[in-house]
Amino acid sequence: MSETRRKKPRGKARLIEGKCIACGDRCQASCPFDAVEMSDGEPVFILTKCNGCGKCVKICPSEAIELIYTPDEQKILDEYSRKNEPAEIESKADSAWKHVWVFVEQTEGEAHPVSWELLGVGRQLADDLGVELAAFILGDDVGHLAHEAFGYGADRVYLIDDPILSRYRTRAYLEAGLLLIRKYKPEIVLMGATGLGRDLAGALATELRTGLTADCTGLSISLADRLLEQTRPAFGGNIMATILSETARPQMASVRPHVMPKPAFNGERRGPVIQETLSISEDDIPTRIVEIIREKSDSTVNLAGAHVIVSGGRGMKGPEHFWMIRELAELLGGVVGCSRSVVDAGWLPYAHQVGQTGKTVKPKLYIACGISGAIQHLVGMQNSDYIIAINKDKNAPIFDVAHLGIVGDVFDVLPAIIEKTRASLNAPAELEQTAVGMEP
Amino acid sequence: MHIVVCVKMVPDTTLVQIDPKTNTLVREGVPFITNPFDTHAVEEALRLKDRYGGKVTALSMGPPAAEMVLRRALALGADEAVLLSDRAFGGADTLATSKVLSEAIRRIHENEPVDLVFCGLQTIDGDTAQVGPGVACRLGFTQLTLVDHIYEVNQRESYIEVRRKLEGAFERVQARMPALITTTREINTPRYPTVPGRLQAASRALPVWSNDVMKLERAEIGLQGSPTNVRRIFAPQREKGEIINGLNGAHLTAADCMLNKLYEWDILNAD
Repeated sequence: MSETRRKKPRGKARLIEGKCIACGDRCQASCPFDAVEMSDGEPVFILTKCNGCGKCVKICPSEAIELIYTPDEQKILDEYSRKNEPAEIESKADSAWKHVWVFVEQTEGEAHPVSWELLGVGRQLADDLGVELAAFILGDDVGHLAHEAFGYGADRVYLIDDPILSRYRTRAYLEAGLLLIRKYKPEIVLMGATGLGRDLAGALATELRTGLTADCTGLSISLADRLLEQTRPAFGGNIMATILSETARPQMASVRPHVMPKPAFNGERRGPVIQETLSISEDDIPTRIVEIIREKSDSTVNLAGAHVIVSGGRGMKGPEHFWMIRELAELLGGVVGCSRSVVDAGWLPYAHQVGQTGKTVKPKLYIACGISGAIQHLVGMQNSDYIIAINKDKNAPIFDVAHLGIVGDVFDVLPAIIEKTRASLNAPAELEQTAVGMEP
Repeated sequence: MHIVVCVKMVPDTTLVQIDPKTNTLVREGVPFITNPFDTHAVEEALRLKDRYGGKVTALSMGPPAAEMVLRRALALGADEAVLLSDRAFGGADTLATSKVLSEAIRRIHENEPVDLVFCGLQTIDGDTAQVGPGVACRLGFTQLTLVDHIYEVNQRESYIEVRRKLEGAFERVQARMPALITTTREINTPRYPTVPGRLQAASRALPVWSNDVMKLERAEIGLQGSPTNVRRIFAPQREKGEIINGLNGAHLTAADCMLNKLYEWDILNAD
């Protein structure tokens, strides 16, 4: 061994063209040497300052940074890699935190269906981790929900039943949630991404100083390190990101209604109910509900409950053409939806918006007309039983989720389908005969 | 009355596209704008000032270029603006962001007590709706999300009465001040800046608070203070269904095919 001890070369950071997503200056923030300047959201590396530590490479979510070496350095590196030490993976988190919890959201004693959908995915996570699945229920006179929670898969129920919780108020529910989570230390807490769920989740995560990932469309366990992989649309719903909360506990995530399937109900299942009492008084709560104003049913569209949704996008070219969407929806017994750009342009009110910032829907049939299909729209409708897309651009991403895609002009196809549907509703048998011999 | 309104500079994500070949984001030429939800927060703060008198301070955390969203708030009628900008604040998730914003509001509050904080419900790039509740919690202010109407502010008895949008209903709620309000887009229609307003705003000195001013623990801010991190980013791959041609006169056969599917899928009934 004549080898003098050589330092492992460190190289210099370089941006890989076209991969940066301008995530928000993570690389700059990670650099201990101030070697990263930002230009239009992308990093510029000052090579005289870069020491090749690789922190920016690790932190980059889109794998857009690499380390480059001179040929000499590369040679030394190759030698190094031959005597590679095995990587050691170990959970860095405090193991006192255990089990998977689901928040059972209720209003006036009636559970929001998203709670049961969460128990479905929670069951899987708990089984993968080999831990228990628990439901936590907060409210006034809500003990009966424990039976439902067991039926949908909970092994255990934590309950706080107190008149102060009769209507949702942030402070009261926050105190109740904190009491349970701090005492029993779950490693994962799932909540519905409803108005109520988001209000409470944001407050809980802040008080617990832990990570919270909103609107997840996928949840799974990374078995190597027992971490919850939380996948959600990012960057305005243009791309997907998988997010981890490596050390902070609990790992908190919210999921929108209709994203996860509802599990089967088994009325035979039973389990223990652990009840806690809350010691706060009305004086501790800074809000008082004066009145609940019910929305008039004719003032909004019921996208969530619709059997058929016919949606229009920017390809409809203007509000004056939406009569076609309305007519087809009416013929099929459905309702009218739309993309975000239609609402932004003021063609339809927000209540019609399908997508990440609008409603998540799961009808039997979804017809997308002149919608290109940004991810933020797709995550709101991709779980529909059947999807038909009509679009001029054959590369439109909407075709990736469609069961039937028609590459065509909505202004040709829609009038044709409206006419044929109307005719077939009048004389169904006859028209079925003619519908043969289509082009591939 | 002293109102702080939080605004964020965001890329106009509606103009971002995915390159179908490389599955990466195409950001070229995508402009930065004031987060659309925040424009309603600014408007509501200004309307309360018009109604009750007082002062509006606009606050933003971001790179130096983010002063643009503050100048716009000034042009619209905000009285003061502060930019929170430091490399140490970068790479923050919602928890670390709420730390910096809440500490800045605390500083402002110590100097001149704050009655209300306004935030947009969420941003269009992150879509989390978590920063508002985070700031409220850290400050111990009353948290009021999803507000779509303000009935009244009673300064003498220090309460505010607002309407919150719930699922299928609204809630009229009375809340103690100081309070933090997140606004829906239905709450108002934002005004446009006037030319004199713009000119005046352009020449204003704009204080920038770095971490030398804020003196926050590194472990609580920016990348280090963020419990969540991104493992990977990807464009989803999906299985394609049946694609048929409806162009160049083929729309009638395409419509026939669609009609067949409607029967096959039991949307229409053959009987």
